[in-house]
Amino acid sequence: MSRTPVLRAARLGPRDVLHVGSAGLRSRPVRVVLSALGIAIGIATMIAVVGISASSQAQLLRQLDALGTNMLVAKAGEGMFSGQEVKLPKDAVGMVGRIDGVEEAAGTGDLDRTVRRSEKIPEGETGGIAVKAATERLLDVLRGRPAAGTWLNAANGRYPAVVLGHVAAERLGIDRPGRQVWIDDRYFTVVGILDPLPLAPEIERSALVGWDAAQRLLGFDGHPTAVYERSTDATVRQVQNLLAPTIDPRNPQNVAVGDPSSALKAKAATEGAFSTLLLGLGGIALLVGGVGVANTMIISVLERRHEIGLRRSLGATRGQIRIQFVTESLMLSGLGGLAGVALGSAAVAAYAATGGLPWVVPPWSAAGGFAATLAIGTVAGLYPAVRASRLSPTLALAAG
Amino acid sequence: MTAVVELTGVVKEYPGGVRALDGVDLTIGEGELLGIVGPSGSGKSTLLHVVGTLDRPTGGSVRIAGHDVAALTDRRLSALRARHIGFVFQAFHLVPGVAAVDNVAEGLLYSGLPRARRRGMAADALARVGLADRLRHRPHELSGGQRQRVAIARAVVGEPALLLADEPTGALDSASGEAVMDLLHTLNAEGATIAVITHDTEIAGRLPRQVRIRDGRVVADTARGKVAA
Ligand SMILES: Nc1ncnc2c1ncn2[C@@H]1O[C@H](COP(=O)(O)OP(=O)(O)O)[C@@H](O)[C@H]1O
Ligand SMILES: [Mg+2]
Repeated sequence: MSRTPVLRAARLGPRDVLHVGSAGLRSRPVRVVLSALGIAIGIATMIAVVGISASSQAQLLRQLDALGTNMLVAKAGEGMFSGQEVKLPKDAVGMVGRIDGVEEAAGTGDLDRTVRRSEKIPEGETGGIAVKAATERLLDVLRGRPAAGTWLNAANGRYPAVVLGHVAAERLGIDRPGRQVWIDDRYFTVVGILDPLPLAPEIERSALVGWDAAQRLLGFDGHPTAVYERSTDATVRQVQNLLAPTIDPRNPQNVAVGDPSSALKAKAATEGAFSTLLLGLGGIALLVGGVGVANTMIISVLERRHEIGLRRSLGATRGQIRIQFVTESLMLSGLGGLAGVALGSAAVAAYAATGGLPWVVPPWSAAGGFAATLAIGTVAGLYPAVRASRLSPTLALAAG
Repeated sequence: MTAVVELTGVVKEYPGGVRALDGVDLTIGEGELLGIVGPSGSGKSTLLHVVGTLDRPTGGSVRIAGHDVAALTDRRLSALRARHIGFVFQAFHLVPGVAAVDNVAEGLLYSGLPRARRRGMAADALARVGLADRLRHRPHELSGGQRQRVAIARAVVGEPALLLADEPTGALDSASGEAVMDLLHTLNAEGATIAVITHDTEIAGRLPRQVRIRDGRVVADTARGKVAA
């Protein structure tokens, strides 16, 4: 017998692999959509969870940037003996203002009074709103703005005028200045309503009366309960150490110094740590989607036994049959993954748009989600593909 | 004469004990056109599958185009099919929804030829089977006879050493069946080696050589008969 040339199976080029891998999908578009849907929902959920928390975090960081991290608050702490209330000295605001590095300072004083919508409402129903005396600089120190009306000033501070924090205004049901509220035993005119103050939630829940008016009309003793100050960025830590000893040199432990921006920073960090529960739900949806893809692939192999037999008769190796079905599975789940990334990003965009947040979808989440679908596609396709490649060509051709 | 197919003592026993082939000796030379005839269940399809290397025998030896099939791995066996063997089935097995020329080009997918060349050869093969004007037609737009001619074009597009057809006229009316058989005769005249299974004695009668199978054995072979006579 003469020498016969060695037989070598030809390789399929990438285009041919895509061609045979997509053949089954092209002929059954509805099934493709339905079985990719599970994966899409899973990925969309995960992208949305990560994107929404990232957007909220970006919003907080942006806010923090605008509000600055150079504001500190000194409050009257609890005394050594529990329950004993400690007051700050009358001149505390002035003393703080003279500390090196402090650019401006302001104070509030708690008043043991209630504010109500009218005198007819029982005294007990305060709605959790505090009445405070406020110095004129308070709004500047907080970098706040009136949403409507004006802030307290020398002119209106002499009359029964009040400015409401936005939560207080909402709870009192007052939406614009000019209305009157009942404080202690008389009506005060609302001259302004403030914008939200993320650095001072306690002010958002307050009705603020001018320092002098509070003393004249509401029996305020002139002792501040909190002093707010802004310093240069460089001196924040230094000022923080000086606040308590400056305000109360003998009992500095009676003064509690706080950094409201640190609370906001902590909040930003927790916003960034997305809900693992929701993420887990997304993961379960993804898993179910993967099972759906595996199921579709098994059915696809069963239905296409003739095609498999035919391809074997045309010279396809077992490996080439495996590659065909793994490719099909990868395309199926990859399509689901792409749709999921698009859907999830759109959900984040919608959420961000309605909440006025910046739209942030971390690239790693999109890339990770897509990589997960490819991994799922491989796993889901492997078993059906191996089954397809092991089919006896003659049985495949004879079946049905 | 060069042998394209050499079977010696081939046995195929299916699990469960059915002996579909029971010691078959068969040699097919280059350029032959033979019919394999016999009653249903006699082992014709099994024989064709073994010859076509889609199935391995449980005993005996099979040589196709000079290669000992038993010694080949799946990859090499697949390469053998891709290069040297073309199949035509009773049920056509065309890919639905795909143009005729692409169905035919699929016959070269595993040959390693570049894409553009495969399509060019497919168009030529369709012209050879008389369907030059049906390149873009999809299977459901073709008659049964035309579909079988597309399937034949797919089987011969790579110029295989051996064309195997299992009842290619079984699903066709007599006129279409005749056209398909005429085509096989023409291809044979052009040099193709062809083995056709048929249970139609009239069709078989017109083939140059007939091999009769019963119960997995060759009971008559006109070629051997001639030699013996
Ligand atoms: N996959 C199989 N498993 C078991 N028995 C089979 C299988 N294929 C065919 N047979 C049996 O082998 C014998 C020959 O079948 P076959 O080659 O299909 O005959 P023919 O094509 O001549 O009708 C029959 O008895 C059939 O039942
Ligand atoms: Mg048969």
